[in-house]
Amino acid sequence: MRIPVHLRVNNRSHRHDVEPRLLLVHFLRDACGLTGTHVGCETGICGACTVLVDGKAVKSCTMFAVQADGSEVTTIEGLATNGQLHPVQDAFWACHGLQCGYCTPGMVMASVQLLTGNAAPTRADIAEALRGNLCRCTGYSHIIEAIARAARKGAQTGGTQVTHG
Amino acid sequence: MAETRPSLVGRPMKRVEDPRLLKGIGTYTDDLRLPGMLHAMILRSPHAHAHVRRIDTAGAAAMPGVVSVLTGRDLNDSCGSVPCAAAIPDLKAPRHTVLAGNRVYFVGHAVAVVVATDPYTARDAIEAIQVDYEPLPAVTNAEQAAQTGTPLTHPELGTNIAFTHSVTGGGDIDDAFRKADRVITQRMYHQRLTPMPIEPRGVVASYHPGEGTLTLWSSTQIPHLLRTLLPGMIGIAENKLRIVAPEVGGGFGAKLNLYAEEALCGALAMRLGAPVKWIESRRENAASTIHGRDQIGDYQVAVKKDGTILGIKAKTIADLGSYCQLLTPAIPTLTGLVLSGCYRVPAVKIDIVGVYTNKMATDAYRGAGRPEATYLIERLMDIVARELAVDRIDLRMKHFPAPTDFPFATSCGLTYDSGNYQAALAKAKELAVWDELMKERAAARRAGRLFGVGVSTYVEICAMGPSKAMPAGGWEWGSVRMEMSGKVTVITGVSPHGQGQETAFAQIVADRLGVNAEDIVVLHGDTNVAHYGRDTYGSRGTAVGGPALAMCIDKIIAKAKTLAAHLFETTEDYVVFDRGIFRAPGVSNREIGWGELAAEAYVAKQLPAGFEPGLEASSFYEPENFTFPFGTHICAVEVDRDTGQVAITKYVAVDDCGVQVNPLIIEGQVQGGIAHSIGQALFEHTVYDEDGQLLTGEFMDYAIPRAADIPEYVLGSTVTPSPVNPLGVKGCGEAGTIGATPAIANAVLDALEPLGIAHLDLPLTPERVWRAVHTRATATV
Repeated sequence: MRIPVHLRVNNRSHRHDVEPRLLLVHFLRDACGLTGTHVGCETGICGACTVLVDGKAVKSCTMFAVQADGSEVTTIEGLATNGQLHPVQDAFWACHGLQCGYCTPGMVMASVQLLTGNAAPTRADIAEALRGNLCRCTGYSHIIEAIARAARKGAQTGGTQVTHG
Repeated sequence: MAETRPSLVGRPMKRVEDPRLLKGIGTYTDDLRLPGMLHAMILRSPHAHAHVRRIDTAGAAAMPGVVSVLTGRDLNDSCGSVPCAAAIPDLKAPRHTVLAGNRVYFVGHAVAVVVATDPYTARDAIEAIQVDYEPLPAVTNAEQAAQTGTPLTHPELGTNIAFTHSVTGGGDIDDAFRKADRVITQRMYHQRLTPMPIEPRGVVASYHPGEGTLTLWSSTQIPHLLRTLLPGMIGIAENKLRIVAPEVGGGFGAKLNLYAEEALCGALAMRLGAPVKWIESRRENAASTIHGRDQIGDYQVAVKKDGTILGIKAKTIADLGSYCQLLTPAIPTLTGLVLSGCYRVPAVKIDIVGVYTNKMATDAYRGAGRPEATYLIERLMDIVARELAVDRIDLRMKHFPAPTDFPFATSCGLTYDSGNYQAALAKAKELAVWDELMKERAAARRAGRLFGVGVSTYVEICAMGPSKAMPAGGWEWGSVRMEMSGKVTVITGVSPHGQGQETAFAQIVADRLGVNAEDIVVLHGDTNVAHYGRDTYGSRGTAVGGPALAMCIDKIIAKAKTLAAHLFETTEDYVVFDRGIFRAPGVSNREIGWGELAAEAYVAKQLPAGFEPGLEASSFYEPENFTFPFGTHICAVEVDRDTGQVAITKYVAVDDCGVQVNPLIIEGQVQGGIAHSIGQALFEHTVYDEDGQLLTGEFMDYAIPRAADIPEYVLGSTVTPSPVNPLGVKGCGEAGTIGATPAIANAVLDALEPLGIAHLDLPLTPERVWRAVHTRATATV
């Protein structure tokens, strides 16, 4: 049995008939060809698969594609605009907030979600917001610095939210 | 102007690797999509030890979309066994085939493989395979396993003991213990750990029947070692095998190995004539990718009343798990190499027994043998200081070699290259505001709070290593090509996977050639591009890979001088090279840059007689010794008496990794390393139950640190260049993991000192600490 699923991903329409058990992360990676969203576990602990579904951070390995039908999804590939890094991406770069880069898409998406709701997070706020995202390389310190930097820059430039066209 | 070009080495440059990774357009193994690609899934043993009576694959094979279902019977004769490269005399080792034969011997042992048109179908088919197991007694306790008359992990070996390894170094150990005023003894367990890179392993194999070539992409740290080792397993010539390590999502030693799945995918792609992909699940990663550490033993220190250490005896049992992966039996021997730490220990005796149990194999996890040694010696220093009521810092200082004592020969048989342990300690104390910290501790104790301060002064072995000490050679290869356009292509044989050598090497090359870093591309991780290499592990990337590039640059500059001299119509003696510009002062006012020179070299219209066109060089660099980074870590903790929770209230790390190429990257390596230590000291422990079931098979059960577990660090450094290589660099990838664990452990035990608790084994979980606080007794596992 295949079910039609229609998502707008990074402002582009994607329609595919899929098995009802297909995970959202596999829809994004295999049907849409957006492999920036990674799989690091199957239990929703590591957060490498974090994407925004209708503006909210969701672990796409714990959601079926059919559950997201009709939604607006933003993946890591949709953050940069006209080749310009999103302020969170740019801050991760400036602060060396990534090493192997595998957890990075999920980290960045979770950070975007945090800054959307809290423009001036404390260190504790940041650490709390990242409790669903594991990194084994950086030891988190540079990630925390990056998010604080993005918040400061966002305050100067008018926000770090993702805008949907 | 080139003359004012600032040096890039030493600058915290942003990494050139990052934009592609931040945009989600890097290519990891699972991101590869090849036409007609099939998907492999592996059925794994749920038993720690069992006979495999029968495997029924018919149901799985009949499922739509299933291409092939294979067992050991189908593959083990044509596929060689998983190799071990460790040179351990009289090693007893089982033959570890790519799939189990008639016996499984650990939970996660591969039993059968399904290949299907998509991964969901392959997973369905795995569940349709019927296996009839007859459970056998499982060996799970390494100390018991070393006794005679216990069940055997491998009955065919007749013993669970894989090897015994003894090192006696320095003076007469028996004499040292005879002359001692006291012998201080402690039993310690260094727990088993799971590396847990966030990207599990993965392989894609593609065979070109016309060319007879196999391309194998693997999430590996060691593409070149795979190219050396795989041909003998799957029957393909080395020069028909191309290994590619694409973006690799973390390694930490877990991917410093040749795994059965790599051979399996290669063999399947050749057999089926279609590309085959296998992607490891997290549960498979926890069960079937190497573990680390797992040493238990009794440790004795012979001391005089004034704290003078006369000798150390170590008796260690290393739990190897059920078979030997690439370096399994070598890892505990590394512990013996650096057991004396950064101290003058006149005599040492180390006895290591490697034992098989029905668990996953242990191997090189970040630090690999040195964290165990550093933990042992740093705990022992604190235990000795407390027993003799001498100051733990004074005790350490008393046994440091002086900076003028280097190169310093240790009783364990190494020669430390350079060091100033006193300076690193002094700087750490200064950054920690030591006197204030001691006052804070005194005040906390007066108030009845459990507040402690821990110190660890460490030295470690990096830049692996001299070929005579490495199983497959320890040199490194590199190539530098000045392109016709003046752009520079650098190819390195190391295989970075997060360490940032695309940036660090560009910094080194830019300085030496006098070109812009933006004009340099650093290539790696593809054996068809980087023809030779010994890859990335043992903190060797920059310290062994970097000098190979420096050698190439020397050759290119020498050749370019010959060409420049020809263009200046003079001889090389009159040509001066400075930051990208060739001049001939007193001969010509002309300046020749790389662009012009490279064009001449490749267009080849006015070359000197006998001059070979082109401007490129390759080099093999052979290190004459390891390098020995060192440092001091100071940690303050507060233990919650009611919950056993440990809070790190201050963390100071001063690391000396020699010359710093990119301080930002080094800081990242140190912070990442310390995080592994926080995990080891406070949370992480790979647990098998007494039946050999893995209880920590997922992130839900195996607690790696999260952001909220990380303190704000005070980081500092000293710089003592290494005399071993022309760059003066030592390596920094493992320092944090080696230096930090004992600092945290010592801090917690210092906090518990008022309760009379002498030692607790790791991890210092709330439960373990709470039980100790409430029984006020010494506890060990």
